Amino acid sequence: MTVRINKSLCNGCGNSVEPKCVMVCPGDLLCKDPSNRCVIRDPKDCWDCAACVKECPQQAIEMTLPVQIGGRGSTLKAKTEKGRIIWQLTKPDGSKEFFEVHTRNT
Amino acid sequence: MKTDGVEVERISTDIVIVGGGTAGCFAAVTIKETSPATEVLVIEKAHVKRSGCLAAGVNAINAYLNPGETPETYLDYVKKDSAGLVRDDLVLTIGQRLNRVTEKLESWGLPFQKDESGCYKPRGKRNVEITGEAIKPVIATALQNSGAKILNRTVATNYLINEGVAAGVYAFSAREKKFYVITAKAVICAAGGAAGIYKPNNDGSSRHKMWYCPFNVGTGFAMGLRAGAEMTTFEMRFIALRIKDVASPTGTIAQGVKARQVNALGEEYQGRYESRSTPMRMYGTVEENKAGRGPCYLDLTHLPNSHNRRLKEAYLNMSPGLVLKWADEETEPNGKPLEICGSEPYIVGGHGQAGYWVDSERKTTVKGLFAAGDVVGGAPKKYVTGCFAEGEIAALAALEYIGQESVRAELDRQENSEQEITAELGRVFEPLRKQRGVAPDKYEERLQKIMDKYAGGISANYELCEPKLLRARELLITLQHEVKKNILAADVHELVKAHELIDRVLVARVLVEHLLYRKETRWRSYQERVDYPRRDDERWFTFVNSVYQRESGDIQIIERPWSGETAVEGFGGRV
Repeated sequence: MTVRINKSLCNGCGNSVEPKCVMVCPGDLLCKDPSNRCVIRDPKDCWDCAACVKECPQQAIEMTLPVQIGGRGSTLKAKTEKGRIIWQLTKPDGSKEFFEVHTRNT
Repeated sequence: MKTDGVEVERISTDIVIVGGGTAGCFAAVTIKETSPATEVLVIEKAHVKRSGCLAAGVNAINAYLNPGETPETYLDYVKKDSAGLVRDDLVLTIGQRLNRVTEKLESWGLPFQKDESGCYKPRGKRNVEITGEAIKPVIATALQNSGAKILNRTVATNYLINEGVAAGVYAFSAREKKFYVITAKAVICAAGGAAGIYKPNNDGSSRHKMWYCPFNVGTGFAMGLRAGAEMTTFEMRFIALRIKDVASPTGTIAQGVKARQVNALGEEYQGRYESRSTPMRMYGTVEENKAGRGPCYLDLTHLPNSHNRRLKEAYLNMSPGLVLKWADEETEPNGKPLEICGSEPYIVGGHGQAGYWVDSERKTTVKGLFAAGDVVGGAPKKYVTGCFAEGEIAALAALEYIGQESVRAELDRQENSEQEITAELGRVFEPLRKQRGVAPDKYEERLQKIMDKYAGGISANYELCEPKLLRARELLITLQHEVKKNILAADVHELVKAHELIDRVLVARVLVEHLLYRKETRWRSYQERVDYPRRDDERWFTFVNSVYQRESGDIQIIERPWSGETAVEGFGGRV
């Protein structure tokens, strides 16, 4: 698993046929399930670009590394605001680190 | 109109651009700025906001002329790094535009770091640091503001060719059973290069944790090949030296904070090898491993703790996987050396020099078809800004072409062949109509295994030799027939993957012919012939080009002599 979608946070962007994560995925890997939540149809095809993580207005998507390449449960979530992104890194021991990166001149 | 359950939409425009990436967006913006009345349509397989190579962001512009550098010094560097054999005219015309297109990117709103004098903050002679997480959204916004039309989630399949002249593009929707017939006065191919030809460094659950965008599969090359366009230098593959497992870029630490590149004994090994060129750094790392002195590392342990946070922020802007890796290993960037390794080989024109054979105006050998960016051969190390430059050159050439009276008269006279349209629709949707067959993923594994074992993949230390390449040729011809007969798609998403696989098999076949033909070793690791281990300038200072015969499936190799001049034979019509 690379991208994990929290079903209790995802609202499928309402009635949208093209929720924001579905819209941006460069591999077209996200789609809606019958319960109107977004799912990743094929986790092994994920590139780890984090486009969906940054796009989700609900912060329902987090990124982890697969066990094969040493993943031990750290996660990254992102909150995108005007001209910046606030990243939340959660480490295997549960401790958190926050980063703020400038994205655009506004 | 519906044919066989497929909706068919016909669109007419002035210039159609295949691919809404770096080169395609810049080409579209250039056309609309130069000639606002000209209609432009950009076809994009994903969504322009985050499609292709730049989806995650970048944190440097790697082709920019800092004070003291000139287009000529840029050419000297590219030549030196590429064993002398590049298309000087292409590299020079890129060099002349690098700084102007970089300033344009800043004007679109991307933050650049500046030094005290207001110059861009250099990271080397030809690099500048940027805060580039939003590079693709910024470029996409410029495209949207330009007035160009965009068809997202639309997959190009072939050029529409009338009497040997490119007059449009066939495409299908990645969302519904819909086929597009797009007619245009000129076509610009600005698609990506090809990943997924070789077995990837990571496999199974991590198979797409790779350097190059895994969704760039060489469709732009395959479309050109099927149209009879001449291609060049597929044999100069590109292999990236990356951080192990997460395939993150190394430049930020190797150049940015001067990490030492060491083997398992702690020795800085590059001095053992002929030079510090890009291929040589890859080759040196392979050789250290072969000699039992691997793994190799980039050593950052000299850095003070104050750098850790800045490095993590830099990687969040382009390759967040490395930040997770540091956290999973319960370490910090300066905590322990980072293991490095080679990626699988890619076929690209932006780093390597595989792609369409073009003239200095980026005209291909098919009349009416222009090319820019990762699909253009002969000009390696163009990177993002070089793709912008080529987008601009191709756009201006296409505008000039459609303005010619004789061209307009010729295009007016032509009629599209309904028979050809029906045939392409049939070809595109055939995998969806099959009841039984083989899924694209299975054929993908087969292709990648053949290429890995017999055409110099990772498991072969990238090494090539004639008997194995002949075996690859034989197995690929069989695979191409099998795929044509049996490939199956359960839904439209899988139909996209089916065509990706069909295109990759064709690219692999042409690649193997190029690898067989060049009987020397010119680019270590990228093109490492163990049966011809020396560089031979007397015989091989020449371009190896190819043309695919669609009817017979044969691949014809053509040698084109290197020329310092712009003019090279073979443009403006079919060979």
